[in-house]
Amino acid sequence: MFVSHQKKKGEWLVLTVIAFGLLVVVPLLNLVPGEESFLYLSDFQINLLGKYLAFAILALGIDLIWGYTGILSLGHGVFFGLGAYCMGMHLMLQIGDRSVYGSAIPDFMVWNRVTELPLFWKPFSSFLFMSGAVIFVPMLVAALFGFFAFRSRIRGVYFAIITQAFALSAWLLFNRNELNLGGTNGLTDFKTLLGFELADPNTVRGLYIVTVIALIGAYLFCWWMVRSRLGKVLVAIRDHENRLRYSGYSPAAFKTMVFVISAGLAGLAGALYVPQVGIITPSQMGVLPSIEMVVWVAVGGRGALYGAVIGAVGVNWARSFLTTNYPDVWLYFLGGLFMAVVLLFPNGIVGLVQQAQRWIGRRFS
Amino acid sequence: MVGVRTVGFRTFFTLCVMLIALFPLAGFAQIPVHTDPNNPPPPSIHSNISDLASDDLAVQKDAIIALAKTGDPQALSILEEYRIGSLYVWTRPDSQRVLVIGGDETTQDGEAIIPLFTPYGRTDILQEDGSTLYVSVDEVEEVRVNRRLRRVVKKQIDSLGNQINLADPSSNVRRAAAMDFGLRGDPAALPLLEERLPIEQNTWAHMAIESAINLINLEDENPAVRVAAATRLGELRGEDAVPALLQILDGSEDDGIEPDSDENVRVAAAAAIKRIEGWAFYARTAQTIFRGLSLSSILLLMALGLAIVFGLMGVINMAHGELMMIGAYSTFVVQQLFLAYFPTSAFDYYFIVALPVAFLVAGGFGLVIERGVIRFLYGRPLETLLVTWGLGLILQQAVRQTFGAANVSVSAPSWLSGGVQILVGVFIPYNRLFIIGLTIVCVIATYLFLFRTNTGLKIRAVTQNRGMSACLGIRTGRIDAMTFALGAGIAGLAGAALSQVGNVGPDLGQNYIVDSFMVVVTGGVGKLSGTVAAALGIGGLNKFLEPMFGAVYGKVLILGMVILFLQWRPSGFFPAKGRGLETS
Amino acid sequence: MTEHGSIIYVEDLTVSFDGFVALNKLNFFMDYGELRFVIGPNGAGKTTLLDVICGKVKPTKGRVIFGRDSDISTYREHEIAHLGIGRKFQTPSIYLHHTVRENIELSLKQDKSVWATLFRRLSSESEDRIEAVLDMIGLAEKPHQIAGSLSHGEKQWLEIGMVMAQEAKLLLIDEPVAGMTDHETEKTGILLQTIAKERSVLVIEHDMEFVRQISNKVSVLHEGQLLCEGSVDEVQNNEEVMEIYLGRG
Repeated sequence: MFVSHQKKKGEWLVLTVIAFGLLVVVPLLNLVPGEESFLYLSDFQINLLGKYLAFAILALGIDLIWGYTGILSLGHGVFFGLGAYCMGMHLMLQIGDRSVYGSAIPDFMVWNRVTELPLFWKPFSSFLFMSGAVIFVPMLVAALFGFFAFRSRIRGVYFAIITQAFALSAWLLFNRNELNLGGTNGLTDFKTLLGFELADPNTVRGLYIVTVIALIGAYLFCWWMVRSRLGKVLVAIRDHENRLRYSGYSPAAFKTMVFVISAGLAGLAGALYVPQVGIITPSQMGVLPSIEMVVWVAVGGRGALYGAVIGAVGVNWARSFLTTNYPDVWLYFLGGLFMAVVLLFPNGIVGLVQQAQRWIGRRFS
Repeated sequence: MVGVRTVGFRTFFTLCVMLIALFPLAGFAQIPVHTDPNNPPPPSIHSNISDLASDDLAVQKDAIIALAKTGDPQALSILEEYRIGSLYVWTRPDSQRVLVIGGDETTQDGEAIIPLFTPYGRTDILQEDGSTLYVSVDEVEEVRVNRRLRRVVKKQIDSLGNQINLADPSSNVRRAAAMDFGLRGDPAALPLLEERLPIEQNTWAHMAIESAINLINLEDENPAVRVAAATRLGELRGEDAVPALLQILDGSEDDGIEPDSDENVRVAAAAAIKRIEGWAFYARTAQTIFRGLSLSSILLLMALGLAIVFGLMGVINMAHGELMMIGAYSTFVVQQLFLAYFPTSAFDYYFIVALPVAFLVAGGFGLVIERGVIRFLYGRPLETLLVTWGLGLILQQAVRQTFGAANVSVSAPSWLSGGVQILVGVFIPYNRLFIIGLTIVCVIATYLFLFRTNTGLKIRAVTQNRGMSACLGIRTGRIDAMTFALGAGIAGLAGAALSQVGNVGPDLGQNYIVDSFMVVVTGGVGKLSGTVAAALGIGGLNKFLEPMFGAVYGKVLILGMVILFLQWRPSGFFPAKGRGLETS
Repeated sequence: MTEHGSIIYVEDLTVSFDGFVALNKLNFFMDYGELRFVIGPNGAGKTTLLDVICGKVKPTKGRVIFGRDSDISTYREHEIAHLGIGRKFQTPSIYLHHTVRENIELSLKQDKSVWATLFRRLSSESEDRIEAVLDMIGLAEKPHQIAGSLSHGEKQWLEIGMVMAQEAKLLLIDEPVAGMTDHETEKTGILLQTIAKERSVLVIEHDMEFVRQISNKVSVLHEGQLLCEGSVDEVQNNEEVMEIYLGRG
């Protein structure tokens, strides 16, 4: 499951090339070639790729907690949603009097006969506050949930089921109108971010670049974490939690920490997702999206950071492709993926590539 | 006849002659009703129907009232058609203008056409070739209902409807009709109600009639009658009397009604309200307990199969919900087969056939799933979770493509619809009662199967020590398949039961799976008693919290409680002792 | 070791699971620097005794006094480990996906908080310590081998090495030679004696030959109670002990 130490150098070279490609080449392909050139990437495609890369940030977090630490969380959609809603609230407040009703408060509030902006909305008009909140709100919720769950040693399937119920509850709550978050329709109709028109191709490109930078940052952060001694402790929790306990570690503290960090990454992903997609509804944070996120990581290959990125981009690309061209097939495909990654290729794409490498190595050495 | 006195005799005579002379003319102005020769309306009704199309509002009004007075169910149907504007004047091929009923509009060759029926009896008007006659909407002329008459019609329709229903064979219909009379408080209904009261045999219908009489009497001129009525209403303890009693106490600002002027009546009303509300508290408590029990039984039935598969095999079957869905769709298919191939009289038995079919079909799916997938994954619960989730998605999509994305309708057999009133304010629906019974039977049967049969012994042996069991000659593969199929079959039963209380659609499973798992986790793995206790606890708590916080917050609260509960008992109510899942 | 008195003192200890009494008012103590063997038939409560001392099982009644500290029976496992009690389980409990060296590194006596594991680098003393432990358990040749691929005996030694690296004052070792070849058993015996020079060791063992080779004092547990204590010969000649092992009458 782990890449041996000798291969590290080559791996970094590849990663640097990919990072350069995403950060520099892709935007250039959008700007330089003419629209009829086969190299040309349309604004739509850039936007789509930006969305996938935002998902990749979330996948990194899931890989930390599931791939490395062995804890299956089926509630990460909630953290993604919390980050997304924080950003969404800020964007709603940016609309101002360009809304349908022309009121200072968001349209759905007018619709729900709310006359004054609820107190908890107010700080979100500040970009700075929102930037912190998209990460810290999910982290806070994760800390609370994780503290209770890990303290009482809820683990394995029990933790998975409890987090799934958590996702269901959050979904039920966010559907309620009295929460003042737009109910079933969520938050949408955004116009600007920091004064930039969201519909403007330059903004689309800008958001894409910000997402790539965030992904690179998140990747380096996770990489730094997993190769510190803490990373080894995480894998040790997966392998033998009790041994660790009798060696003097408190697994609950480590689990809570990694749960909180992965929640923060999910929140960041949600915040980058919203301005690019233009809407956030409770359906993005329920049971189904939460478990789908797990499959991205499984498909890419758990326990390898780049596996998570490959999985997130790959599965979401397949989703876009299939739901547009063969809508009936998508659920079969997704269901099949769940089964295949467990039964046929448990180490995902990364595992398949490694197998292929070994095979080629045997063949030609 | 003021005019008769003031004008002279001669003038009167002349008028009479003129009237007589005019009479045939008036009769001529009446448009006859198109009738079915086999079922002609009585002459008086015929004339009343014709008057509905009269130009004179007074004549129309009289006709409406006269029709309502007949007590004829056909008259009710005509009045209803008249009210919604389906009564038409149609010029027959023989140039005679007649009254007919027009059906729903359809289009043919770009032209809007409607089928025609006779007003009395509503039989199809046939063409010469025997098919129903359709005419262009332009060929008929709607009999318009005057705005002022709408209210009259509505009132008469309701009154006539109630009057007919008061003699309905079903006691529930009679009861509803009586309650409606009470609500209207129309003194005109009193003779009718008083006539029914002594002959009414059903306790609840009898009570409703009595209640209606007393509600009407609350507005009697005589204070003594009002006091007696209020007191009697208190004795009857029906909550539906409260608004009327409150009106006596406080009046009603909206309708401009003053409180009752008589002190004694007010005192009697207050006493009655107190009595009713005192009873209502107990009734509500009883109702809540029953609702909790009903929800618990549903949860238990859903969780039972899951608990078997999880507890005995360590498999997290996320497709359990889809197996329930398969059970529900099996019920639907059986219903459709009965509709298509059996006489209507046999329809009521379809559900009895559907239960074993749902069990077998879901069990069969379970068998295939176990042999095809699950058996490669023993000892890896998290992996079974992901695989079965994927399987669930595939099953869902397959059902969506086969039966459509919309919910299908599964109707209740007559013996499961309705319910029984056990006390004033405590009503128990048969379908809920049935599910409670089914759950009890399933739990006991499962217990007996696992702990009192040879096969059950083998299942438990394989659970405890697979290797040793295999050495002793138990075919572990077969036992695994059987255990899983049993769990799946019970899921199928749960699905069949759910089809009677909820919607049947492709997402049926998704809606229940999380709840089912909460029950299993709270109960602790591997103990039936834990599952039962958890289902009772969660179901009861849910119905207890729901009135206070609403369904959503109640559910969220319960999740919080389950997490706190697991702080105290991490392995559920009755944890299985041993080294099974704990060490994994 | 200059300290005197008992390193572990178990008083009136009762543990029952669902009515089954695993330990019944057991009184037991051990001196500093001692290498003590505990023997007894199946179900005597040997493993339960170790479980209680290291915090895995909470006693129904009674106290566990470690050194000068007060009752540790209510502490959490990692707190007990910090006080200086190390536990080696019957079946090898190691981190299968880590290398041999990483296994030792994780066990080293060091700050084990989340913060420290994230930011602190290994000191050169720690590096030396790892080398020393690897030498002692005979795995110095294979520091980068994935632990999951070691042989059964090597896994057992690795776990003993992990407990040593913890620098515990008291080691609790459960059946270290079960399933080992004669050669491995011999090596393990030497390893245990080496360890016992620096700290107190409590070993559960069934293999009487092995016990005879290296031990001076043996405690016999039976039905959750201490039956007798003494040298191997004394114990083996004790009539009660013979009765239990050879059957009554």
